[in-house]
Amino acid sequence: MRYRAEVFVTLKPVVNDPAGLTIRGGLHALGFASVTEVRAGKYLVLTLDERDAEQARARLDDMARQLLANAVIEDYRIELEPIGEPIAAGERSS
Amino acid sequence: MVFPGTWSDRDCAHAVLDVLQEPVRYIDHREQTVDDVDLVILPGGFSYGDYLRCGAIARFAPVMEAVADFAHRGGLVLGICNGFQILQEARLLPGALLRNASCEFRCEWVHLRVEQSNSAFTLDCRPGQVLRIPISHGEGNFFADADTLDALERNGQVVFRYCAVDARVTAESNPNGSLGNIAGISNAHGNVVGMMPHPERACEPLLGGDDGLILFRSAIRALTRVAV
Repeated sequence: MRYRAEVFVTLKPVVNDPAGLTIRGGLHALGFASVTEVRAGKYLVLTLDERDAEQARARLDDMARQLLANAVIEDYRIELEPIGEPIAAGERSS
Repeated sequence: MVFPGTWSDRDCAHAVLDVLQEPVRYIDHREQTVDDVDLVILPGGFSYGDYLRCGAIARFAPVMEAVADFAHRGGLVLGICNGFQILQEARLLPGALLRNASCEFRCEWVHLRVEQSNSAFTLDCRPGQVLRIPISHGEGNFFADADTLDALERNGQVVFRYCAVDARVTAESNPNGSLGNIAGISNAHGNVVGMMPHPERACEPLLGGDDGLILFRSAIRALTRVAV
């Protein structure tokens, strides 16, 4: 099955986020005084072919731990959605 | 060591070869071994564009496995700026380097207090000595969780702190928000050191100062001592 995975990488709550603070300052300057906190992060979209959702999730966890997030400073969250059968090489139209 | 995007490699080679008259070779990121050298320097720059995180991709370069083996065998490794970030991503040094608290790239001369003279790169220093060395980075804000930070302090692995000219460690002398004003650390054995400031850019009076030389001289002495 082909899956679309969204990976959200954010700084851990204990880690100071100067970019988020700066964005909050910008929002306050624009008059959005109701904003009490902004946390900036990374958003990655992956397309992958795996046997099933369970295996896809396990593989994505491995990817996040090994590369996509740095466990010293970051947390991650994965959202997974099936988007159909993988297209075999011979079936591709030119 | 030269990764795609490394830019301080020639400055490091100039300091070691032209100033200190020690042989230098450039190590390509695709090499499989570093067994023929005594000291590995990971210079500053923006390896692989620093995509994802600083040093995150460089960590997987073929040569990094050889560098890890070399470090674990006691080989001397110095990571400067991006090199420090790479050593942390490779888990050869603890902690991480966040975006500067100011969100600004800082390029200026700073003062560093040498915290210990046990590492291979501070053998010739005396604790408390102040060095004047430039920084040039946007992501040098040292972070480690409380337990790691405590262990670093307890084991004497904090090598350099940003300080005032009179060696006082103050908030004003901290250019990037680093915890404990930490500018450089070592591993437990003292053979691997990572630092954000650039000692290779402070090796000749013509360039504004030569306080950086003492790190390279210390390493040379550490190597001589091992060989005897």
